Amino acid sequence: MLMWLTREEERILGGEKGFAAQKAMEILVALGDIFGADRLIPVGSVQVSGVSYKTIGDEGLKWLESLRGGKAVVEATLNPAGMDLERWEEMGIPKAFADGQLRIIAAFQSMGIQPLCTCTPYLLGNFPRLGEHLAWSESSAVCFANSVLGARTNREGGPSAVASALIGKTPRFGYHLPENRRPTLRIDVPIILKDSFDFSLLGYVIGLEAKNRVPFIGRMGRYGYIIARDELKALSASLAASGSVALFHMEGITPEASMAKRSLRLRMQEIERLRIERQDLERARENLSTASEDEVDLVAFGCPHASLEELRLIAGLLHGKRLKRRVKLWIFTSLGIRRIAERCGYIHAIEAAGGRIYADTCMVVSPLGEIGFEAIAVNSAKAAVYLSALNKPKVILASTEQCIRMAMNS
Amino acid sequence: MAEGLALVSSQPISFFGMVDPKTGIFIDKSHDLFGQSLSGRVLVFPYGKGSTVGSYVLYGLVKNRKAPAAIICHEAEPIVAVGAIIAGIPMVDRPEPFEFRNMQRIAVNADIEEILVY
Repeated sequence: MLMWLTREEERILGGEKGFAAQKAMEILVALGDIFGADRLIPVGSVQVSGVSYKTIGDEGLKWLESLRGGKAVVEATLNPAGMDLERWEEMGIPKAFADGQLRIIAAFQSMGIQPLCTCTPYLLGNFPRLGEHLAWSESSAVCFANSVLGARTNREGGPSAVASALIGKTPRFGYHLPENRRPTLRIDVPIILKDSFDFSLLGYVIGLEAKNRVPFIGRMGRYGYIIARDELKALSASLAASGSVALFHMEGITPEASMAKRSLRLRMQEIERLRIERQDLERARENLSTASEDEVDLVAFGCPHASLEELRLIAGLLHGKRLKRRVKLWIFTSLGIRRIAERCGYIHAIEAAGGRIYADTCMVVSPLGEIGFEAIAVNSAKAAVYLSALNKPKVILASTEQCIRMAMNS
Repeated sequence: MAEGLALVSSQPISFFGMVDPKTGIFIDKSHDLFGQSLSGRVLVFPYGKGSTVGSYVLYGLVKNRKAPAAIICHEAEPIVAVGAIIAGIPMVDRPEPFEFRNMQRIAVNADIEEILVY
């Protein structure tokens, strides 16, 4: 059955509002028809992936430029770009790459899409409410928004998110519908996790098993056990990277968990139940590490983009220390967090030790191999998954403290 | 109406990484179309997979004049569907069961979802 369109939507599809809006509507209608959506629904905000010149190349650039004339009708921001938009020379980004990247950003800006390039828009004021419909595409942000905030979004692709920005709507299917938000897998975690790194590994292990299912994670720790926002950020990212999890529920933590638990009770028999042990996390860490410690020439944090709190912790760990000459330490975050961290003195502390903080980009979408790095130490299972999909550079996955130890003179 | 010789694969295609947008040649050694060019052909395959950047690769193929004449997918899937729209490549999905063979001459009319095999 085809999707029902309003008269105005029909007119846009007919080209009345110009080429860009027409193409955007064609995309939304095609997706709606494929997935059996009944109609389009308005979204509160849009987050667009496919921003780095490294990933979308000249092909993506040309398409975005062909949409000039289109205008975003809802709040829309971008995923990380291939470089710090201001300090790319310092990163060692080739001029030709920078030119392409800046043209991509200009094309987005001409459509009124804000050049806030981050995978963590929820740390910068774009904080969707429970039940709000969105069209977000960054997979970790989708997982965080659906699960931790209770907003509703599918995992949009780059082109479909741009289309939603220009139309302000998305086809109603998938995670927009309550029946698709019920858990389809039960996870028990009888171990105590100690930091974001553990949560990153946990997400990786669950994601491998869950694939695109909706995991329900039973109560972790004792009553009153607090799970920090940054731990949920790390968990969301790796769940979405090793699997394609777009939504999880966590007992006592996420807003739809009690409803999810009731629905789970009704379907107890049919639902697979998995138990994650400490050795599963350790095995994941080993599987994702292809480099040895002495090969490391870059330590990279900030996947997803570092929060102010994470920068505070790193600044503390680096206090009074000095990096090895042949090892670099790069931390990726958003422009907003970088500015506040500067005011807090964290940037000064990190730079005094020899580290650098880059905004707008990350280790996954910047051309690190081209810059010439051989082996990268990361504290994020998501970063490890994506980096090891390329041949170069090699990767080692370790906790923040261990990574910093690798970068320091003994 | 688009017309061309069939290029048939039994494997799903991730356009991002598997096809060179500059030449239209399959560059993934593990794919059954490795080394072949899709330029000007009617590409028949099960479904698209991988990164949504694959949609842009289809657009790039058109800009570089290396695009397939048309696409026939056994299943509907967003990466190829969106790619075909932004690139303006005629596409039909979920055709009636039929054994497509390489080098058959095929005409595709995407507007009325019609496929003619000569």
